[in-house]
Amino acid sequence: MRSVLFALILTLCGVSAVTAQTLQSILQTHATEIAKPSRKTVGETIDAIVASGLPHVTEFLEQWSKKNIWQRSDGSFFVATAAGDSLTLIDVDTQAKTIGSKSDFKQLKPNGGVRRLISTALVQFQLLDPDLTRRKTAVAAIARRPEAAQLMPLISSIDGERDAALKARKIQLANFLSARFAKEPRDRIAAINSLSTDTSVEARAVLNQILTKSIGVASVAPQGNIAAILDPMVAPDQSYNALVEAKLAPTKQTEIDIRKALEANIIEGRIAGFPLAQMDDRLTRETAYSALAIKGSVPTLITQEVRDAALREHVFYELYEEPNAQITAAAEVARKSADNRVATAQFADLALDALSLASIFFLAAIGLAITFGVMGVINMAHGEFIMIGAYTGYVVQLFIPNYTVAIFVALPLAFAVTFVAGVVMERLIISRLYHRPLETLLATFGVSIALQQLAKNMFGTQARPLTSPDWLAGAWVVNDVIQISFIRIAIFILALLFLSLIVYILKRTRLGLEVRAVTQNPGMASSMGINPDRINMMTFGLGSGIAGIAGVAIGLYAKVTSEMGSDYIVQSFMTVVVGGVGNVWGTLAGAAMIGFGQKWIEWLNPSNTLAAQTYMILFVILFIQFRPKGIVALKGRAAGD
Amino acid sequence: MQHTFMAKNPSVLWFLLGLSLFTVFVTIFSEAVGSTGVSTSFLKTLGKTLCLCLVAIAMDVVWGYCGILSLGHFAFFGIGGYAIGMWLMYERTKNIVVGSLENNILPPTPEEVEAAIGTQIFGVVGSSEFPLIWAASHSLTLQLLAVVIVPGMLALAFGWLAFRSRVTGVYLSILTQAMTLALSLYLFQNDTGLRGNNGLSGLQNIPGLEAVSQATLSLWFFWASALALGAGYVFFAWMLSGKFGSVIRAIRDNEARIRFLGYNVENYKLLIFTVTAMIAGIAGALYYPQAGIINPAEIAPIASIYLAVWVAIGGRGRLYGAVIGAVFVSLMSSWFTGGSAPDINLGFYLVKWTDWWLVLLGLTFVGVTFFFPKGVGGLFDLISNYREKHQ
Amino acid sequence: MSTLLEVSDVSVSFDGFKAINNLSIQIGDTELRAIIGPNGAGKTTFMDIVTGKTKPDEGYVIWGEKSSSLLDMSESQIAQAGIGRKFQKPTVFEEQTVRENITIALKNPRRPLDLLFSREAPNTENRVRAVSDDIGLTDALDQLSGALSHGQKQWLEIGMLLAQDPHLLLVDEPAAGMSETEREQTTDILVRAAKTRAVVVVEHDMEFVRRLNCRVTVLNQGSVLAEGSLDHVTKNQDVIDVYLGR
Repeated sequence: MRSVLFALILTLCGVSAVTAQTLQSILQTHATEIAKPSRKTVGETIDAIVASGLPHVTEFLEQWSKKNIWQRSDGSFFVATAAGDSLTLIDVDTQAKTIGSKSDFKQLKPNGGVRRLISTALVQFQLLDPDLTRRKTAVAAIARRPEAAQLMPLISSIDGERDAALKARKIQLANFLSARFAKEPRDRIAAINSLSTDTSVEARAVLNQILTKSIGVASVAPQGNIAAILDPMVAPDQSYNALVEAKLAPTKQTEIDIRKALEANIIEGRIAGFPLAQMDDRLTRETAYSALAIKGSVPTLITQEVRDAALREHVFYELYEEPNAQITAAAEVARKSADNRVATAQFADLALDALSLASIFFLAAIGLAITFGVMGVINMAHGEFIMIGAYTGYVVQLFIPNYTVAIFVALPLAFAVTFVAGVVMERLIISRLYHRPLETLLATFGVSIALQQLAKNMFGTQARPLTSPDWLAGAWVVNDVIQISFIRIAIFILALLFLSLIVYILKRTRLGLEVRAVTQNPGMASSMGINPDRINMMTFGLGSGIAGIAGVAIGLYAKVTSEMGSDYIVQSFMTVVVGGVGNVWGTLAGAAMIGFGQKWIEWLNPSNTLAAQTYMILFVILFIQFRPKGIVALKGRAAGD
Repeated sequence: MQHTFMAKNPSVLWFLLGLSLFTVFVTIFSEAVGSTGVSTSFLKTLGKTLCLCLVAIAMDVVWGYCGILSLGHFAFFGIGGYAIGMWLMYERTKNIVVGSLENNILPPTPEEVEAAIGTQIFGVVGSSEFPLIWAASHSLTLQLLAVVIVPGMLALAFGWLAFRSRVTGVYLSILTQAMTLALSLYLFQNDTGLRGNNGLSGLQNIPGLEAVSQATLSLWFFWASALALGAGYVFFAWMLSGKFGSVIRAIRDNEARIRFLGYNVENYKLLIFTVTAMIAGIAGALYYPQAGIINPAEIAPIASIYLAVWVAIGGRGRLYGAVIGAVFVSLMSSWFTGGSAPDINLGFYLVKWTDWWLVLLGLTFVGVTFFFPKGVGGLFDLISNYREKHQ
Repeated sequence: MSTLLEVSDVSVSFDGFKAINNLSIQIGDTELRAIIGPNGAGKTTFMDIVTGKTKPDEGYVIWGEKSSSLLDMSESQIAQAGIGRKFQKPTVFEEQTVRENITIALKNPRRPLDLLFSREAPNTENRVRAVSDDIGLTDALDQLSGALSHGQKQWLEIGMLLAQDPHLLLVDEPAAGMSETEREQTTDILVRAAKTRAVVVVEHDMEFVRRLNCRVTVLNQGSVLAEGSLDHVTKNQDVIDVYLGR
């Protein structure tokens, strides 16, 4: 706060000191420097112009850096725009327009270094500009390339800022700048400490800037803010290379170097007395090379002992660029704390990822949980129902160009299409194979390959897009680390919706009651007037229909291909089996376990989703050994063993 | 004892006779003996088909006889292929590398040779280091052992876990399928040391036999495949005859009952599962040198399901059924998808068999499950029943 | 008469339902015992526990002269220790011949490699004959057992039990679905078998139990309600209440 006041007083003094001048007269005072500016000396000139506090300083500086200032042969400066041979001139003080001929004028072309200095000087004006966009641009410019000189203008512009968001941004940026550039170490440390709770990429970049270090090697440790002394024996070869690069040691010969040197020194089929035929061994080669070195024909061989001796004689160190050790210490602490926060945030992000993966598994598996879990029917074509659902969505989008409408048409339509497909399959195939589970498995597999090939014949082998509407396209950004796309949120909500819908159907409706009755005792159920055929048909249709909806949801974030079903079928079966067959909550638990497990393994071994899947499957296989009935197991006679 | 076994199982003799006649017939018409009746590429197809028959009878034993619908036996088949492929690829690359290094002025050191082989083999996955699993790849003996032992150990470990916790029926099928999926995903990774999705290639070139023409090599492999199939058939027929076979079929029909008779069902299943996995490995080791290339896609779960399809179409619970199924479906597949089947013009639509064969196969499969649950082999029952009635 | 099987204080529950509640039963080494009781009394669960199919939540099951605990053994180990069981539904291996069914059951080494490498156990044929004579199926030895009548299947299953040569036979409703003459023959087989070993019969049919003429245990709600001769238990007021309702 004190520094803000100080800056304010400084500006006021500057203004009062030079009231009587015109801009042109100041320019004339520095005419040579302006006409031929050099990066090293122009600073004074710019300061003088800025200090004048005259109304059109900003325009002048802007036009100068845009190369729009022309000097007349009499030495006076004008803002000018060229059109053919003539120039439209604007007086720097009065802003009066005149026309002049190009031949009388010379254009000023300041170089890049000078232009940068000009724009730095401009920033303080732009920061106070009445136009909000220009202020924003100026702030963005500072953020892009922070410089020490911008700190004071930035701080002094904060109090006058009326836009609340921009003010906050200015304060944040001023904090970043003072962490790096404030004059007093105390101010810097205070700013640095405040960064320890900031997880943004910018704040971490500031800390990293402060903590920039260089790795060096010397015979004795140098003066300066040393971050660490390194042990060269951790990676001896690399350390030696650093030594070579610092010209403190001769290059170590590679195997190829040795071979070439030996080849160059063959005398009558022998190398240093050794016959050529013995050279098929590394040690012999080195011995021969050493013999050559003794004769002086090649440089001495850098053996491991020589290398290690050289390493021991030197100090390997990391040196901070920042000379003040207190500041680097504070920054290290702040970075560590920020890193911890980032790790926590990443963990939260991972958990969200896992949640959305679990939702997808759940959506893909819940239909199966009904057909396999409740009815005990293995449907290998379940994956193809997912595919049919996704293609239904694709076809709907071909006819309805509005994606929002298309999605809301596609969801029920996909349900209807796969429901019918499921009912047809149940009637034609599955109802004839009840109590022959292995045969059901194989017959539905036949359907699966036929459907897959049919889809290939109809839609081709390339992936088809299922585009999500714009309002689903973005992502929910919590901070720089945690963000999750809206599609995944939508899938999560869809999963929740289906969970409650299915629980409702099974527990609260007549259909659900009848389904449970048929599941538990078909004979008894049918003697009570429930038609098991109808129930099986409905249940199977329901399970298949949900697969269709899952297909639309999956198609939105992955591509629609004829093989997409087979990507999900094994996972889905595992989800159901792990969760515990015959139980919706089990499927939920299974999906959660597999989703979170897979993300967790990915976290341990990042950038390898294949490995994560592999280990997850192995884990599931092991899990089933120890809990063969799944997480939510039915006990006793109901388990049907 | 062998004598009585043969006498009790005349079908084995018939099978061996047929296989021998077929082998002789193919040999006479092969290019290797100067004929043009059977082209080398078709000879390879036939040889590969024999290997598929071998893995099919293994599948039949484990599923048709013991009732374990394993969706993992093609993975064991693939492992066998990988095991032999590693030696083939290592040794052949070594020969090439040694040949090219001979131009060097200095004789190469073992390290140089090894590094050059590594670069050759693993360059495609951006590596040149030999992974640990290649440690034995220089030794034919060790890799041949691996052909049997690796599938065997995997089956033993998996089976021990699964059978011990009484995972049965479709659960076991799904679990074996998960195992297969895990294995293929594992192989698909570049950093697991088996060249990721590039797989192992150039396996048709046998190191040390560069001078032998592909026509002759193919014939040798055909013979080896026929021999392996014959031996495998006799082995399984012997295994399944007598009381052991009776117990195995009893496990299929009622596992709980045979357990209460005092048989440790798990051990029997484990034995069958492991032995068939080993035979599948042998079949794979003979198949892939004839195919020339193996990659993880070969091991994908779908392949194991196809294996089950062959056995089901051929007729499970009888060894020759598996052979019929494998021959019939795999030859039909290559005929239809190879483009040699005539397209059908319906006027409004041209049925291209390359596009429609899988649809036909899928529907055939559904039909077989319904109408011929005993598969093609079931027709033999109908014939023999008919004969009995008319005698 | 020494004790062959001792079940003491055994309880087991499924999802909160107590199927067996503090059950204690002792069986002597050559004894014929009938266990009766209404539906859900725990008769089948009792057999499940003894044969190792169900593990009890608490209690002991002690077996034989060495007094070993059956709870640590698997089903096949228990069967090999000498306990044979016949299920309620006749479960024979229908796709195999009667001879194969009996041969499987014969008391011989049962490990896989034994079966693979020593094929013919000594005098198998004679032992199979002995069993088939006992159950009257010698003529049907080479028939598929799936082709047998219901009663014949029951006998074949009892025959398989006898072939195992167990010390204890657990027989679950042997007479279900049998004709009158078949029942009589079944009684004979069981009574004969009980001369050299212990036989426990679970049965609903009082007539059948009466003909067995043996000690009777009445189970109700998972524990023993009464024990003694049939006449003795049928006079017991508790038993009358359970069977006739209160």
